[in-house]
Amino acid sequence: MMQIKPILAALKRHKAGTILIALQIALTLAIVCNALFIIHQRLDRVARPTGLDESNLMAISTRYVGMDDKDTGAAIRGDLAALRQLPGVEDVVSINSYPLRGGGWSTGVRVNVDDKKPKGHTTLYFSDEHTLATFGTRLVAGRNFQADEIGEADPKSVGDPAVVIISKALADKLYPDGTALGKPIYIGDTKKPSTVVGIVERLQVPWNGNWSDTFFENAIIEPFRLTGSFTNYLIRSKPGQLDALLKAAPAALYKVNRMRVIPSDRGVRTFAQVRERAYRADRGMAILMGVVCLVLLAITAAGIVGLTSFWVGQRRKQIGVRRALGATQHDILSYFLTENLLIGVGGVVVGAVLAIGMNLWLVTQFEMARLSVLYVLVGVVALLLLGQGAVLAPALRASRVSPVEATRSV
Amino acid sequence: MFAYYLQLGLRSLRKNPLLTALMVMAIGCGVAASMTTYSVFRATSNNPIPQKSSVLYVPQIDNWGPEDAADNKGEPPPAMTYTDAMNLIRDHRARHQTVLYPADLSVVPNDPSMLPFRENSYAWYTDAFAMFDIPFLYGSAWTQDDDNAHADVAVIGRELNDKLFHGANSVGRDISLNGRQYRITGVIDTWNPSPLFFDVVNTNGFDDASEVFIPFTRAVDLKIPTNGNNNCNKDPGPGWDSWIHSECIWLAYWAELPSTADADSYRQYLTGYSAEQQRSGRFHWAPNTRLRNVTEWLDYQKVVPQEAKVSLLVSLGFLLICLVNTVGLLLAKFMKRAPEIGVRRALGASRKEIYAQFLIEAGAIGLAGGLIGLLLTGLGVLGVTLVFEPDIAKLATLDVKLVLLTLLVAVMATVLAAFYPTWRAAQVQPAWQLKSN
Repeated sequence: MMQIKPILAALKRHKAGTILIALQIALTLAIVCNALFIIHQRLDRVARPTGLDESNLMAISTRYVGMDDKDTGAAIRGDLAALRQLPGVEDVVSINSYPLRGGGWSTGVRVNVDDKKPKGHTTLYFSDEHTLATFGTRLVAGRNFQADEIGEADPKSVGDPAVVIISKALADKLYPDGTALGKPIYIGDTKKPSTVVGIVERLQVPWNGNWSDTFFENAIIEPFRLTGSFTNYLIRSKPGQLDALLKAAPAALYKVNRMRVIPSDRGVRTFAQVRERAYRADRGMAILMGVVCLVLLAITAAGIVGLTSFWVGQRRKQIGVRRALGATQHDILSYFLTENLLIGVGGVVVGAVLAIGMNLWLVTQFEMARLSVLYVLVGVVALLLLGQGAVLAPALRASRVSPVEATRSV
Repeated sequence: MFAYYLQLGLRSLRKNPLLTALMVMAIGCGVAASMTTYSVFRATSNNPIPQKSSVLYVPQIDNWGPEDAADNKGEPPPAMTYTDAMNLIRDHRARHQTVLYPADLSVVPNDPSMLPFRENSYAWYTDAFAMFDIPFLYGSAWTQDDDNAHADVAVIGRELNDKLFHGANSVGRDISLNGRQYRITGVIDTWNPSPLFFDVVNTNGFDDASEVFIPFTRAVDLKIPTNGNNNCNKDPGPGWDSWIHSECIWLAYWAELPSTADADSYRQYLTGYSAEQQRSGRFHWAPNTRLRNVTEWLDYQKVVPQEAKVSLLVSLGFLLICLVNTVGLLLAKFMKRAPEIGVRRALGASRKEIYAQFLIEAGAIGLAGGLIGLLLTGLGVLGVTLVFEPDIAKLATLDVKLVLLTLLVAVMATVLAAFYPTWRAAQVQPAWQLKSN
């Protein structure tokens, strides 16, 4: 510690190099902190469970061509019957959307008929009594729909359901005291109540972007099969039969009626593919930021090695003099380590300010959360260690300078 | 002199290959990251119709009132009701005008062995073809009489024409859409502006090319549903008719206004129209309207994805760090040669010549970094599918402009980084250097 004063004196004679290393450490800290934060946010989102049992699940989207809307109800029932008969099909539903699909319905929900503002926002799934079994979602309270509660509805004029099943997140939002079961809810701007008959453990909305973050687990299942030319079939296969169904299911649908479109891209997908597609951007962003961080740290470390090596080369004579005057190898080593630590501390102080400033700016420009101080602390420690690691090799070389150097070339 | 200095530079670079490689790699990585993310940013922030972006306008009318607008910073809804769109069409205050929506249409091939398939389709007025400068391969747009007569006519795209008619001139032949026959009046050449400015609301700006267009008037007669968003602030009631006459918004409206004076008078017209709707009791609030041209509209709709902006910013920061790194390493490298500089200066080289020598050396490093950067940018552009939606990723390409920009940025950045080290090198005092040796 006695060395700090002479080190500072020496650094004054190398202002440019000192500032450059400190600046590099500061900028690296600022970028790495923010990049790590972005990675964490994205991976958190990818890790959110949908509430479905995602194995042995597949989705088909289909659209009838030239069929009158009033005939589509019967056509969908025919499709469902054909799919149920396929070997390997455990259960199947026709549904307007499903988690991670992208498009769907959303609306506000009230708990009193006179409420002006909705108490919660939710997505709406329209399907029948097979939904829970197909989703693989667990009821935590109440019961499933009964077959006689299921109706068919035109998407342009869906009525108000007498009974609904809702997700636990929505139940807790609407009735925070945990008494949602059996209570009325008002969907949209209706005056007619729907009774909550069942609560499922978890069910995600169809979207995975920022805008649905405030209600991403709020869902209502209404006991209506929607008619109309477009629908999705969600199929749960018996274990190990999914691959066979990927071919057999669309073939069976074409056999029932070939005047339909099942898009070649994204028409038939396993749920694993649905998930992959939905989170591609998030995962990609995390990978990109990860690569940037690694390369950045490597370049900064290499830069420190380069500049310190230069300094060691420049000071061989002085090191020799110190050694001749009685300094041990350890003294020389700790001189360079301390020097780097001093520069590093200067860098990370500036860097921490930059990191937080950059984050605050990103928050105003983009829909991003505030950086947690923990990231900055971890970043500070990581960069100081990186600096010490990088300086070790040149410092060791310096410590091996022989005292004889003091006598040379003077 | 240039060749000599270059030779000196290359020799000095060879003398310290590890340091040189480090600088080249740093610059290469920094430039590649910046250029890869820039290629995406460039594609998404592109002006899709530069020749007309300042004369094509989107009018917005607040038909939901201040309570809904408050959720959106006081802005009117981004789409239009059927009622307003039809009133604007009827009043005809723009030279060209159209209303449009993505129609839910499937093509049924005459060939019975082919299955029906879907193409992106739009229902609009014939004016749209002229407004959007759409190139025709065969035939032409349908006529205004066809619009007025709600005729069963269609314009198809080149790719669809290749698929159904093997590229032959199909004008006058029929195409079956949703099982109904339409007479083809024209085939358009490949046309897929990106961003897809005319329907940003439904596509977020990027989608495959549209291959089918039919008259809006006919599509509404046939109750062809929209394939895009439909937003209602209250239940529209049952059936198609109550839906189209509701306050649900689902249509895009475009007007061509050749001069700013035209745009100003159109703004006044929109305010007057809203005031009239207020007087008639449909709106219970003061007029709240907007009129944005293509560039303003794309900006307002935030077409450039957040990922593109954030990753570009991070990459530029990355490049900055690489440059700071290069400044440090060049400083070390140049100052190591202080004795050599001293000798050259003593032998009569001016400061200017020292500058030339070292900047050329830096330029050589920059060029090498640029070449590495080019290679990495190529890999990066291939890899953007990992980060961005396929519709966007395919727009990121390594063209001549990007190649030149990559090299230019690499060389310029390195020379810029070399200024300080070179200045320091030029300050070397020959006498001191000679003495100390």
